[in-house]
Amino acid sequence: MSVPRAVAPDPTDPVHAGRSADTVDGGAWSSPGQLREALDRVGYLAGPGLATVAFLAERMGRPLFLEGDAGVGKTSLATALAQVRDARLIRLQCYEGIEASQALYDWDFPRQLLHLRAAEAAGVREAEQLESELYDRRFLLARPLLAALETPGAVLLIDEVDRADDEFEAFLLEVLSEWSITVPELGTVRAEHPPLVVLTSNRTREVHDALKRRCLYHWVAHPSFEREVAIIRRRLPEAAAQLAEDVARVAQGLRGEGLLKPPGVAESLDWTEALVALGARELDPERAAASLGAFLKYREDTERVLATGFTSLLDRSPAGSGG
Amino acid sequence: MSVLALSSHDERRVEVTRLLVGFARTLRGCGVPAGPDRVQTFVRAAVELDVTCRDDVYWAGRATLCSCPEDLVRYDRAFAAYFAGELAPPVRSVRPVVRTRAVTVPCDPDEDEAHDGEQERLRAATASRAEVLCHRDLARLTTAERAEVARLISALGPTGPVRASRRWAPASTGTLDPGRTVRAMLRRGGEPARLARRRRVDKPRRLVLIVDVSGSMAAYADPMLRFAHATARCRPGTEVFTVGTRLTRVSREIAAREPDAALAAVADAVPDFSGGTRLGDLLQAFLDRWGQRGMARGAVVVVVSDGWERGDATLLGTQAARLHRLAHAVVWVNPHKAQPGFAPLTAGMAAVLPHVDRFVAGHSLGALEGLAALLGEADLHRCQPSPAAQPSPAVQPSSGYGAVDA
Repeated sequence: MSVPRAVAPDPTDPVHAGRSADTVDGGAWSSPGQLREALDRVGYLAGPGLATVAFLAERMGRPLFLEGDAGVGKTSLATALAQVRDARLIRLQCYEGIEASQALYDWDFPRQLLHLRAAEAAGVREAEQLESELYDRRFLLARPLLAALETPGAVLLIDEVDRADDEFEAFLLEVLSEWSITVPELGTVRAEHPPLVVLTSNRTREVHDALKRRCLYHWVAHPSFEREVAIIRRRLPEAAAQLAEDVARVAQGLRGEGLLKPPGVAESLDWTEALVALGARELDPERAAASLGAFLKYREDTERVLATGFTSLLDRSPAGSGG
Repeated sequence: MSVLALSSHDERRVEVTRLLVGFARTLRGCGVPAGPDRVQTFVRAAVELDVTCRDDVYWAGRATLCSCPEDLVRYDRAFAAYFAGELAPPVRSVRPVVRTRAVTVPCDPDEDEAHDGEQERLRAATASRAEVLCHRDLARLTTAERAEVARLISALGPTGPVRASRRWAPASTGTLDPGRTVRAMLRRGGEPARLARRRRVDKPRRLVLIVDVSGSMAAYADPMLRFAHATARCRPGTEVFTVGTRLTRVSREIAAREPDAALAAVADAVPDFSGGTRLGDLLQAFLDRWGQRGMARGAVVVVVSDGWERGDATLLGTQAARLHRLAHAVVWVNPHKAQPGFAPLTAGMAAVLPHVDRFVAGHSLGALEGLAALLGEADLHRCQPSPAAQPSPAVQPSSGYGAVDA
């Protein structure tokens, strides 16, 4: 079916340098389980579903389309995939009105002008030669999409694609299906090894079916209580076991309460970190109230939780650990 | 290797493919729009994994055949049923498609035989009738009038407020366009040429219409949805929701070309026509699910409702405040507003009024034209801080919800 991709480690990247011993054959996994273990090693605890979908994306050369609430680990998956592949992570943050020159490439006009002036000073007069020099690759600024096509084995993260406009989606579709970008003055840049693409969406807008059809779809749900505790303990080894469990329990409890912004795993981690910094070994009401700003981001939510108190949320009997 | 050695067993391969494709058909029968290209990807994905492993087939299908969280529930159900052997691949159901085409006919059926010399008189009569219809309350129309109003509504089309996009377009005035200027200079060998300028392109602001289809609004639901259709047709990307006992997103249904087809599709999709209202809850549901994540941000939100709320209006008030903070402008349309002696006595309306930018009637064709024109205004923000500034009858919500001075 698809050919396993060779990944060139980026020696200039200090984070990933020297990690290749951990990876299996430069990013070619023979089963979802192997990929899951590799992700586990870099601190990303993926469920069997997510690991399978990521494995398929790699195998079939399809972009991975991740949807889910904010803070469930969509963006971190891309970072973790880049780490296990020992590849460069190229990120394209989408926003309303994003255009080609911010996503693809741009000519470096000031440098072109400087070059022109320098050539003039040196007495170069042949217009044709001058022009071919001006539209040289070194005057081209590669924006994320072009950079991803030029970097073998890169992981391209197209973040919050729902925030971009429809036109941009259509344009993205073209790049993602052809794996090539045409620069009129320079020619076509084609990816020899297409990057592993991860698209994320918070579902503020329904992304067009044509784009979704190209991708493998996965809905990233909030983790279960056990997994959330494991994630907190893995990311923050300095946190006490009791503290991790308490934070996870409160988070799980609050997700069903209809808050304006239910806390994601990212908020749980932030809060635990804040509590650790305050010296907490378990969740006590004073420290919890003092650091609640790391966990809840709306005044209404904070007031509501403070009014209820933490006692009911912190029911440490096994029945309270559902979610 | 997890991939089954299929190539050596062609028969088995065909059998497996048939099983997988059969499942995809079952899934389509359950309402998941999985087209043939998706099915192809599914088969490929399943083969990449292990077709003999139930979990692998499950995840392969989930990743390739589904495209939104709503699909996932249906997928789980279809998967469990199909692989437990309960369902055979369903037969495709054929639904008759009724197409309506616009043709030119005289407006009045009584004057069907009117010959050419009477054209002028006919036109005058039609114009004056449109004038009369313009001010009639939409709830008190005869069937024939209703049809004509429907036709006139479909001709409305708010051009809507605009906002500056991030895109630039060449212009004769505006800020300097470095790219074009330099390119022009390069063409002249570096000689300073005319300075090129550029300007931001205007873009329509997102419009979100929330139409109350509950019992108390029954008479106005149809013309309002027609208005929504006209708006959605001339401003692609308009989002339309209905509220009653549930919140239903009908943006896709309402985008059909023909008004009647669109309305029929909406009627199919909305389970709660002429039911009760839980406006506060549903506004919250809208904000939680769509609004806060971005749909209401910077958008003009039009709510068509009489604000009739069962039970406590406090929730409605807080949600309206939340909506007002998120949206660029909130326009509240209450058809009952035009009735003589109207005062927003319903607790819901009183709770909502402090948080809307414009409060209009929208009870007649003329009022809907006014609404379309209003949406075209550049600055929709409330001119005065208090709703007391609205045209008569003057309304001043007092501190306690429900009590008003008329």
